[in-house]
Amino acid sequence: MRTESEKKVKQVRITPFITILFFLIMGIFGIMTGEVGRVLEQAVQVCLSCIGIG
Amino acid sequence: MALLVNGSWSFSYTRTIYQGPLKVVCSPGLNCYSCPAATTYCPIGSLQQLMAGIRIALENGQNFFGLYVIGTMGVLGGAFGRLICGWACPFGLIQELLYKIPSKKFSIPQKLNYVKYGFLLFFVILLPLTVVDDFGYGELWFCKYVCPAGTLEAGLPMLVLQPALSQTIGLVFYNKLTILIGFIIWSILASRPFCRTACPLGAFYALFKKLKLVKLRFSAENCTKCEACHPVCPMGVKFNESPDDAECISCLKCMNQACKFDAITLEIAGIPFGSQGGLRMHRPKPGDAAT
Repeated sequence: MRTESEKKVKQVRITPFITILFFLIMGIFGIMTGEVGRVLEQAVQVCLSCIGIG
Repeated sequence: MALLVNGSWSFSYTRTIYQGPLKVVCSPGLNCYSCPAATTYCPIGSLQQLMAGIRIALENGQNFFGLYVIGTMGVLGGAFGRLICGWACPFGLIQELLYKIPSKKFSIPQKLNYVKYGFLLFFVILLPLTVVDDFGYGELWFCKYVCPAGTLEAGLPMLVLQPALSQTIGLVFYNKLTILIGFIIWSILASRPFCRTACPLGAFYALFKKLKLVKLRFSAENCTKCEACHPVCPMGVKFNESPDDAECISCLKCMNQACKFDAITLEIAGIPFGSQGGLRMHRPKPGDAAT
């Protein structure tokens, strides 16, 4: 007879963790290529064309 | 969450946007980074910027393919999916508040739900990547021509803070203002129309409908098909018929305000959190004595 904790372990879905890990690795690659600096550079400037002005 | 991603209130005397280091943090919802109060970056805006400048970046030896932005969006999507739309998006909040204004209410045809995927694919990814100027730089198609959140949160406040900008207003601004007014009116008449029909970030998070960590679980054995969950859903989802619907924003209204039979529970990584108490209020089960 399965215990409550064994049933809970059986229910755990692994797919979300694999998905999150995949994108986390992707994000880390992005950080390693210096993309964070580029994102910050863009985000601290007012994008006039983005807001329809200019 | 809306106040956290728009937590910089110094703009009243700086007359410009926040320019600090928090701007490397991704806003989970749609929140224009040109908003004076924005402390985070908009993932959709940043993705378009990176797509638009990819040729120039590669010529300069910089491998900016959007991995950091897509990676961050993917982590959020994998963890929460469209729960972010339900609990963390400022523009979603604005639509919900507008919907509370008393008026005749209308439903939104389900076929319009697919339009947002077109905005994601074409306006956010393909057009900025492929339609470039003489210098090889693309345009931010969604931000520039469509995004009502940008107009409301950034365009209009910036015109107030820097009145000199009004001299540069042209057709693009009036086009976006018209779109904003259209969505404001539509949000009064229908529930979350932008989320359902046009939001590219919602479209991206919807791709994680079966992969996300936190989701609602449907129990067919407890369901009595009473359909009480249908009218409370702000996204028009009929939960008992479509529990993994791409439109579900996990607002928990069906679980907390409608279902009396524990047919809807919250699960995290497959472990239920609803029927044993936790986030859920006590509900009578079928066969319980009437009090």
